[in-house]
Amino acid sequence: MKAIVNVALKRGVLDDQGKATHHALDTLGFKEIIKDVRVGKQIVIELTSNNQEDARAEVKKMCEKLLANTVIEDFDIEIVG
Amino acid sequence: MNVTVLQFPGTNCEYDTKYAFEKLGATVTIVWHKDYELPSNTDLVVIPGGFSYGDYLRSGAIARFANIMNAVQTFAAQGGKVLGICNGFQILLEAGLLPGAMKRNNTLHFISKYHHLKVINTDNTFLQLLNKDDVLNVPVAHHDGNYYIDDAGLKELENNGQILLQYCDAQGNAKSLNGSVEHIAGICNKDKNVFGLMPHPERAIETLLGCDDGVKMLQGFFK
Repeated sequence: MKAIVNVALKRGVLDDQGKATHHALDTLGFKEIIKDVRVGKQIVIELTSNNQEDARAEVKKMCEKLLANTVIEDFDIEIVG
Repeated sequence: MNVTVLQFPGTNCEYDTKYAFEKLGATVTIVWHKDYELPSNTDLVVIPGGFSYGDYLRSGAIARFANIMNAVQTFAAQGGKVLGICNGFQILLEAGLLPGAMKRNNTLHFISKYHHLKVINTDNTFLQLLNKDDVLNVPVAHHDGNYYIDDAGLKELENNGQILLQYCDAQGNAKSLNGSVEHIAGICNKDKNVFGLMPHPERAIETLLGCDDGVKMLQGFFK
């Protein structure tokens, strides 16, 4: 089983990397079809546990402690496999 | 005065910091991050600049869990003075010893140059030898110096006199460098014993090397 954690800046915190990427995509001809671009990061954690619920709770602790800075970032957790 | 300078894998300003404080008359000890205790005679802990743990995950995010940081937390909680410069500031933010967080510069560039700073509050150990609205010229060198704090947090900083330094032009007019909220370059905690700034005062201590505007900042800790 593994956990896929996505971390990105909170809504309301200006995402300069997203903005720059959006601008670059605009200039490459995708302007018409893009509303918004956000840049985040993905952390994939291979787990030994087979209990989805326990795994999610533990990964949530990991996010709050280290993987995300909750002052500026939100995270979401997907447990797969 | 006894200064303890921390060293993490990737720290690169520890020897400049040691040199600067020794030049001003301090006895300086460099302490490795795996140690559990600060020297018992420590008057000031300095977390110097660099790229601890390669800035992996987020600048300062991993260093804050180093053994020595528990000792720094205790030291600060007891009123001990702590100064974080550049990556040291980022570590203090991640450790929750200072409020707010650092984002990537809004220009997305690594910025390395001299930049003017305006002194905002002098009612603290660090800037006590300076005057409000003084303009200093001090090197900056960072990729993640875009200080963020929410509106409520910013109000609190303003009301408590916790904003120390602001990026400005040569005349002292506030000027954006990296997208920082209110052009903030440095802050302190509410108790005014923990200080953090992105610019490098330890690189501005010799006129021969360009400028000595950092001297009066560091000297504040000697008073």
